[in-house]
Amino acid sequence: MERRSRLASILIHAAALLLAAVILAPIFWLFVMSISPAADLVAKPLGWWPSHVDFSRYAVLLSTVPNSAGAAFVASLINSILVAGMATLAAIALAIPAGWAVSRTPSVGWSLSLVIATYMLPPVALAVPLYMALAWLGLLNSVFGLALVYLSILAPFTTWLMKSGFDGIPREIEQAAMIDGAGLFTTLRILTLPLAMPIVATSALFAFLLGWDEFFYALLFTSDQRARTLTVAIADLAGGRVSDYGLIATAGVLAALPPVLVGLLMQRALISGLTSGGVKG
Amino acid sequence: MSSTWMTTRAWLLMLPLLAIMIAVIGWPMADTVRLSFTDAKLVGLGGRFVGFDNYVKMLTSGNFQRALYATTWFAVVSVTAEMVIGVLAALLLNQRFYGRAVLRALLILPWALPTVVNATLWRLIYNPEYGALNAALTQIGLLDSYRSWLGEPGTAMTALILADCWKNFPLVALIALAALQAVPRDITSAALVDGAGPFARFRFVVLPYLAGPLMVALVLRTIEAFKVFDIIWVMTRGGPANSTRTLSILVYQEAFSFQRAGSGASLALVVTLIVTVLAVGYGLLVRRAAGSAA
Repeated sequence: MERRSRLASILIHAAALLLAAVILAPIFWLFVMSISPAADLVAKPLGWWPSHVDFSRYAVLLSTVPNSAGAAFVASLINSILVAGMATLAAIALAIPAGWAVSRTPSVGWSLSLVIATYMLPPVALAVPLYMALAWLGLLNSVFGLALVYLSILAPFTTWLMKSGFDGIPREIEQAAMIDGAGLFTTLRILTLPLAMPIVATSALFAFLLGWDEFFYALLFTSDQRARTLTVAIADLAGGRVSDYGLIATAGVLAALPPVLVGLLMQRALISGLTSGGVKG
Repeated sequence: MSSTWMTTRAWLLMLPLLAIMIAVIGWPMADTVRLSFTDAKLVGLGGRFVGFDNYVKMLTSGNFQRALYATTWFAVVSVTAEMVIGVLAALLLNQRFYGRAVLRALLILPWALPTVVNATLWRLIYNPEYGALNAALTQIGLLDSYRSWLGEPGTAMTALILADCWKNFPLVALIALAALQAVPRDITSAALVDGAGPFARFRFVVLPYLAGPLMVALVLRTIEAFKVFDIIWVMTRGGPANSTRTLSILVYQEAFSFQRAGSGASLALVVTLIVTVLAVGYGLLVRRAAGSAA
C-alpha cells in the first residue's frame, strides 16, 4: 500500500465527509419533517430542528379508526404487503423449477434469456391490453389482479437469481443420490432445495422489494382502498391538498422503513446479488 | 438418461413460468401491436383498422418530438452524472479512512428508498414556499427570494435529474466498488514500483477491471432512464408547460387520460423500439468490453 501524504489523507477524509452528508442530509430531513410540529415546517426562516419533538403523526397514520387518514393508510399498507407477498410467493414457485431446469439443461437456456430480455420492455407497452384484460376478468382494483401483473416484473428476476444459485450447487451430488436410488423429486426436495435455501431467501427478498416499490401498474389498475398500494397512497398525499407536510414525510418514512432495514441487514446478500449481475453480465 | 428426456423434462419444469410470461408479457405485447393499427378507445368497442395512420400522426407530431428530446436529455444527463459520481464514490470507498465501513453501509440507503418516497421527499425539498432548498440557499445568501424549482420550465428538469441521481448513483458505486475490490493488489503495487502515476495506474491497471461491470451498470441505468415514469409523475406530472413530459408520460396521457388506446399503443411501440435498439447496441459493446478485459 502506498504511503499517503498528510494532505492526501485530509482530502480523502474531507471527501468522505462530503459523501456522507450528501447521502444522509435528505434522509435525515425526511425524518425531521416527520417529527416537527406543522407550524415549524412553514416557519420563515426555517429552523431545521423541531421546537419540540412530535411523534403524533405516526400514531395518526397507524390508527385504524374508521374513515380516518390512518385507516386509508393502514389499508394501503396491508394491500402493499398482500400484493408484494403474493407476487413474491408465486414468482418463487415459478422460479425454482424453471431455474433448476435451465441450470441443469443448458440447451433450453435461450428461453430464459428471452424471458429476461423482457426487462427492456417499458410497462407502458403492456399496459393497455393488461388493463382491458383485467377489466374483462373483473380483476381491476383487486390485489390478486395486481399481484398477477407484478409477476411480469418479479418472475424473470427470481428465475435468473435461482438459476445462478443452482449453478453453484454441483450436479454430481444429485447424481450420486439418484444412483443410490432416490427419485428426481425426492433428490430435489431433500438435497438440492435445502442447499438452495439461502438463494431462495435472497430472491424472495429482492422480489418483495421490487413489488413494494412498484408504482406504475398500481396507479393504473387500482382505484380505491380495496387494492390501492402504499406507493399510490403516498403519491396521492404528495400531489393532493394535504397542508401538513410532516404527514407526507411520515408516510414516506413508514414506507421506506422495510426496504431500508432489509437493505442494511442484508447488505452482503444484496450486494452480491447486484454485482453478480454486474460481473456475469 | 437420454438427452431427449432431459430436454423434455426441462421444458415441463419451465412450463408454468413460460405460460405466465406469455399471459402477462407475450400476449399483451402482441395485442399492443394489433391495437397500434386501430383507432380503438380504452373502453367500448374494438376500433377499426387504420393502417399506419397512428404512427404517421404520432411521429410527425410536435408532442412526440418534444417528449423524445426530454427523455433523451433526462437519460443522457442523469446516467452520465450517475456513472461519474458513482465511480468517484467507489474510488473513494476503496481508499483507507476512518469510518469507511459505515459509509459503505450508508451507500445502500438511497438505493433502498422506494422511488415514490424519493420523489415525494425531493418534491418537499423543492417546495416553492416552505422547501428546504429555498430555505438553505436563502439562509447562506445564495438566493434572494424563494423560487419554484419544479414550477419553472427552466429548472424543473434539472431538479428532477438531481433527485434521480441522488437515488441511483449508489447502485453504480456498489457495482464499481465490487469490481475495484477484484483488482489484485500485487498488480497495482507492481505498477507503482514501475513508476506509474495515479492516472496511468487508473487508466491501464484499474480501468480494464472496471470496464465490464461498468458497461452493465450503464446498460441497466440507460434502459431504466428511457423508461422513466414514476419519479416524473410524482414530482411534476410532465409539467410545467410539458417541459418534463417524457415518452412514458406521453403514452400514459394518450392511452389513459385521453383514452386513445390505438395511438397510445403505437407510441408505446416506438418507445419499445428505441429501448431495444439501445439495449442491443450496448449489448454488443458489453461483449467487446468483456472480451478486451479477459
